[in-house]
Order: sequence, then C-alpha cells, then structure tokens
Amino acid sequence: MTAKIRSLLKAAVFVACLGPAIYLLVGAFGLWSVSLGADPVHTMLHTCGNWALKFLLITLCMTPLRDLTHTTIWLRFRRMFGLFAFFYAMLHLAVYIIFDQSGHLETVWQDIIKRPYITIGMLALLLLVPLAVTSTAAMQRRLRHRWILLHRLIYLIAVLGVWHYWWGVKKDIFEPLLFACALAVLLGYRLYKRLRSSGKVRESTDPIRA
Amino acid sequence: MTKPWSQSKFIVPSDITPEDKFLSRRALLGGGLGMAAAFAFERRGFGQDANAALVVTRNAQYSVAEAPNSFKDISTYNNYYEFGTGKSDPSENAQQFRTRPWSVTIDGECDVKGTFSLEDILKPHALEERVYRMRCVEAWSMIVPWVGFPLADLLKRFKPTSNAKFVEFKTLLDPKQMPGERGSVLDWPYTEGLRMDEAMNPLTLMTVGLYGKVLPNQNGAPFRLIVPWKYGFKGIKAINHIRFVASQPVTTWARSAPSEYGFYANVNPAVDHPRWSQASERHIGASLFDQRRPTLPFNGYGKEVAGLYTGMNLKTYF
Repeated sequence: MTAKIRSLLKAAVFVACLGPAIYLLVGAFGLWSVSLGADPVHTMLHTCGNWALKFLLITLCMTPLRDLTHTTIWLRFRRMFGLFAFFYAMLHLAVYIIFDQSGHLETVWQDIIKRPYITIGMLALLLLVPLAVTSTAAMQRRLRHRWILLHRLIYLIAVLGVWHYWWGVKKDIFEPLLFACALAVLLGYRLYKRLRSSGKVRESTDPIRA
Repeated sequence: MTKPWSQSKFIVPSDITPEDKFLSRRALLGGGLGMAAAFAFERRGFGQDANAALVVTRNAQYSVAEAPNSFKDISTYNNYYEFGTGKSDPSENAQQFRTRPWSVTIDGECDVKGTFSLEDILKPHALEERVYRMRCVEAWSMIVPWVGFPLADLLKRFKPTSNAKFVEFKTLLDPKQMPGERGSVLDWPYTEGLRMDEAMNPLTLMTVGLYGKVLPNQNGAPFRLIVPWKYGFKGIKAINHIRFVASQPVTTWARSAPSEYGFYANVNPAVDHPRWSQASERHIGASLFDQRRPTLPFNGYGKEVAGLYTGMNLKTYF
C-alpha cells in the first residue's frame, strides 16, 4: 500500500469516526429534519457514551486483527480509534454536565461521590486523560517501555466503562451485556496469548507489539 | 392524522375537530350501529381507533396551569416494556395492538364481580380532561392532558366489602400481541396496586384519552391508571383485571428490584433511588440548557394527598 493510499484511507476513516458527532450536531439543531427524539439530552448522552465504549473496543480489536491477518496495517489506526474513544467520552461528560445537570456543578460533584456508577465512569474518564496526552509518537519514544505499561490502562478503562454502563441502566442489561461479552473475548484473547507464551523469552519492548 | 401541537398554547378538545366534521363523522358511525345504547355510547367517541375525538369537559380544579408537552412527545416517549424497553419502541410496536373487543374482569373482595365488556365498564362515566404532572422514576417529567374519570366512581359500582384493603391491577397477558412479554425483562403480566384510600382519592384517574382523543395504543389504550403523585410506573396500562384484596399486592417493579422500587412509589425528592438522585428532574421539551428543575414532594399534589400518609415513615415505605 502506497503512502498516498494510506493517508487517503486514514482521512476517510477519520471522517467516518466523526459521523455520530455530526449526527448529534445536526439533530440538535433540527437540520434536514433530523431529530433526536422527545428527549434529545438522553439521546446525546447515550450516543456519546455508547460510541466511547465502541471505540475502546475497536481499539482493542487492532492487535488481534494483526495477529489473525498477519498484517500490521491495523496498528496504524489504533491511535486514531483510541483518541476517538477519548473524544466521545469527553463529549459524554460535557453533555452530562451542561445539558443533563444544567451546569449545576454541586450536584455533579454529589453524583460523583454518592453514586457508584458515576464514580466508576468518572474514574474511567480520568484514566483516559494520560493516555490521550501521551498518544503522540514523541511521547511514545520518550517514555519507552513505560509507555507500554501506561497504555495497558486501557484494559482497566474498558472494564470500568462497561461496568458504568451496566450499573446505569434501569433493567434492560442486553446492550451492556453485549459490550461485556465483546470485552471478555478481547481480554480473554490477550490472556490466552500470554499463557501460551509464558516460559518463552519476554517479548520485545517495541510498542507496536504491545 | 396527528397534528404537531404547539407547546406554548394549550388546545382544548373542541379545537381539534371542527364541529361540523365532528358531527357528521359521528352520524356516519352511528348509522352503522343498530342499537340505541351503542349509539349513545359511540356519540361520546369510545369504541374507536386512536385519535378519534372524545366528548370531554376540562376539570380546572385538577388541572395544572403549565403548558402541556406536545402530543408528539407524549406519544413517542414511553416506558411500556410490553412493547420493548426503548422509549420509542411502544410507538413503533403497538400500532397493531387490538384494543377492541376488550373485557375487564373484576373480582376479589367485592359484592359485584364478573367479566365485563369495556363498553359496560365505561358507559356510566362522564369524561373529564385533567392536565397532570407526570414524573417518571427515571427523573424526567412531562405535563399531560389526560382524559378519564375518577377510579373511585368505577370501584364503588362493584361494592367492595370491608375486607377490601387494596386494589390490584393487571395488564393483558398476550405475548402474541405484546412482543416484550415473550422476554423475561419483567415478570408478566405487569401488576400494580393501590391502597384503598389511594384508589378512592379523587385525583386517581382511570384514563381512556389524551389531548381530547382516544388514547394511543402506546400510551396504554384502551384503559389505564394515572396516579399523579406517584412515579409513572404505578400507572399500569392496558388493564384487563381489577381485584379487591385484603393484603398488599406484590407489584412488578417492587418484585423485580425491591431495594430500588417500593409499593408506594410516592414522588419524593428526599428519598433517592439507590443509583440516582430524585431531588430534581429533567423536563422533557424544555430548552436544552434549562431542563433541570426541582422535584416537588408528592409531585406537587401534597395538599391533596399528604394526609393519606400521616404518621408513616416515607423513607421506609418508599
């Protein structure tokens, strides 16, 4: 694949990833008769949170896809997907504070300390920040093997994120259950790889292999 | 046929259908029916499809002054798990639901029992419009112009005995028509209950209409309960069984999660749901930046109903 095709592909994926945010923006202004329904705040909150989780899981799919397809092209998209997970998680937080709570910071704080599912969600959000900050190639080079350790936080973040969703729903756990199953497969795959390679020499510190 | 109703201005039922059209439609329908009784019944608009206009007088004493939500919001944003757990599922899945013929069984601790056609159940009652606050346990709210009659007037006809301490209601169990009942998200049929004095309170409304018209299927047609000082889930829909009982019924949400949903379910800003606050609510249809508003004790109906609970610890009996 030439560099030109690769950058075109990257641009196309980037625009596609913006799709949900564009849909919400268009719907919030009611353009082209796109509607977010009777409760637009809930639609925004749910759509952003949902896509944050989806992008976390998509990010976690890249390494298994490399292994299965024996091509490293997937890893070139991993950072972008991870940053989109961060982007939608931050939008989720912004919608929660600005629209759901009408900007009342005291009640937001009360929610964080009193309600375990919000505590967990907020923790996941906070843990995403250092990963986003250190996502550049320069930071990757500077932190070397510590970068890999730091970015393993994504496993914990994904667990917290799915847990937050599960505890937040009233009764219908179908969708959180789907996320939990997908996450279990993705984490299980890594555990399986580790168990299989145990006893062998520790893998190289090349971040591409993490 | 539905019009997008303006939110800022309330529309009285008579505005919905011009009178000439209203009368001619009634005459056409009446002509097709042989029986005089049926004719009288039809004249009030029962026994028709959703959106048919009803003959209704506004009960100003029991109506709030705030502007109601739009018909569209009220009829597309529903919790009605029999038709799916998503808010728009009921409006999508309930359109083919058959609300006629409909029968209601009344039994238990009462002198008059039996199974009655909905027509017989409704016949003696004049319809009122009441604009009520609606507060969902999920911490959102709406203002809804319901049409119905006091539950007390209905219950008295069946002469409850002194053993009747509670009333239990059940929704139709028909998994063929109600796709949600094929799953196990809740125990079916949906069951609700009221203490006798709550049931007899004049605010408690047996509801057959919305915005001056026959109740849309997704809002609980043909026959549902509205208890405006309680969380919305007490308002059981598509009722086909009413039973007078001596002990407190086990209600669906209380059975499903007893630590989260109680039998009384009175709107109470001082008692939080274990997972979210009940101190405030988001008002559907308000400006995006200004939806949050304080929740009122008994949803603002304290003057009428607080006396029912004198001496009770509402934190224990939530």
